[in-house]
Amino acid sequence: MMCDKCKIRPATVHYTQIVNGVKTEMHLCQQCAAEEGLLNTEVFPTFTPFSVQNLLSGLMDFLPGIDEFTKQPLKCSYCGMTYEDFKKIGRLGCSHCYNAFSEELNPLMRRIHGSTEHRGKIPKKAGGKMRVKREIEELKYQLEKAIKEEAYEKAAELRDKIRELEKELGK
Amino acid sequence: MFRYDNDVVLSSRIRLARNIKDIPFPSVMTEEQGQKVIDLVKKAILGSNTILSTQFVEYDMKRLSPIDRQSLVEKHLISPDLSQNTKNGYALIKNDNTVSIMVNEEDHLRIQCILEGLRLNESWDIADKIDDLIEETIDYAYDEKIGYLTSCPTNVGTGIRASVMVHLPALTITGQISNILNSVSKIGIAVRGIYGEGTQALGDIYQISNQITLGQSEREIIENVEGVARQIIFSERKAREDLYNKQKIQIEDRVGRAFGILSHAKVMSTKEYMTLMSDVRLGAVLGILDVEIQKIDKLTTSIQPANLQKIYGMQLDPYNRDIKRAEYVVRQINKKDNL
Repeated sequence: MMCDKCKIRPATVHYTQIVNGVKTEMHLCQQCAAEEGLLNTEVFPTFTPFSVQNLLSGLMDFLPGIDEFTKQPLKCSYCGMTYEDFKKIGRLGCSHCYNAFSEELNPLMRRIHGSTEHRGKIPKKAGGKMRVKREIEELKYQLEKAIKEEAYEKAAELRDKIRELEKELGK
Repeated sequence: MFRYDNDVVLSSRIRLARNIKDIPFPSVMTEEQGQKVIDLVKKAILGSNTILSTQFVEYDMKRLSPIDRQSLVEKHLISPDLSQNTKNGYALIKNDNTVSIMVNEEDHLRIQCILEGLRLNESWDIADKIDDLIEETIDYAYDEKIGYLTSCPTNVGTGIRASVMVHLPALTITGQISNILNSVSKIGIAVRGIYGEGTQALGDIYQISNQITLGQSEREIIENVEGVARQIIFSERKAREDLYNKQKIQIEDRVGRAFGILSHAKVMSTKEYMTLMSDVRLGAVLGILDVEIQKIDKLTTSIQPANLQKIYGMQLDPYNRDIKRAEYVVRQINKKDNL
């Protein structure tokens, strides 16, 4: 069988795509397949996260994505993405979408992560007291490690730092 | 004992997903906005007054050949998605290949740190510091309640993905792997073959990673992944021992045959290499073969299609690649010193 595209080289890559029940088949040579971007699996995509888009759409089907007041489809006023678009591509348009679709996204995030509350790192700028609290937690972790490793000098340093921060927090 | 548990663990990776405040995410942004993101990241790293600024090298997807881009994917320095983004895909990679900052991938920034062996905490410390440095000049998209805002809600919160790449030949041979795959999924950890879920793992290499990014701290997430990794390491070692005790001749035969082909073949596909490599790596760990596992792991990266073509400095069609791959493997595996 010859390559569908160049019609010169033998077809070695056979590709089947089914979109909305319509099946298309392509038979391409190595070179044309590479040009079409169909050869990614040949390499070593160890760190490619598996596509979650389909799973996400499955989880979202029960949510309407309609504005309660206007009865219009939900839309992010910052980037223009609608909730329908998001359901299709599984990716949000911008950070403001989290606000625009919060009622829909909260149950979704709870389903994915089992929680809707961030307990991790806080950027310094967003910081405030919360950040200091987290920093103390982190230092306490380091302190424990230092004690385990019997690095007492470092442990003493960490202890002083923790005290200092706790004082700052108390102000 | 093996350094950093690398009889079982190939590498540990921490990846942080970050976005810049008030710029649309890469899937919808304009080319100009994409360029702005690149400029901001460049300024944050290369323009910083730190030693790091001299250690990073720029990789602009627009300017790289397909082979060069693919080679970065094979070295795990960028994702396949980023390598395809020749519009505004960009990366800053540290000269020792331990850190890469991918720009305009699924999120504006993906900070990644990979270290050999089981060293998630160390990887996190490095990624965390780079994150802090970037944050000095860039305002991240962040929400007090739900944390770092990401293009996909599966990464929101910490934006962290902690993964450990493990070689599990004995658990695969003894069929215990499916039990493990099923049980860990119940605690928000995924174990999958390198070709994605449900597929046979090529070279018996699997990836253990967290699925949950929100509601737990980075340390907790890392501890969970490391805890699961430690149990899997323990089970794999036990399975290796049992297997070798009970089926000494069969295992030695299997390892010997694999080594025989690797050291004498004339034509070899990537897939064949991966299968044989798994047996040879097992043989090296069990002391059946006198081959260093670091050497095998290095070879596994070198013989991937794009890297191989870079080594030979020429474009090769798949058949000629298979010939050169065999030639390269034979030469390296028979060499006594390191690669």
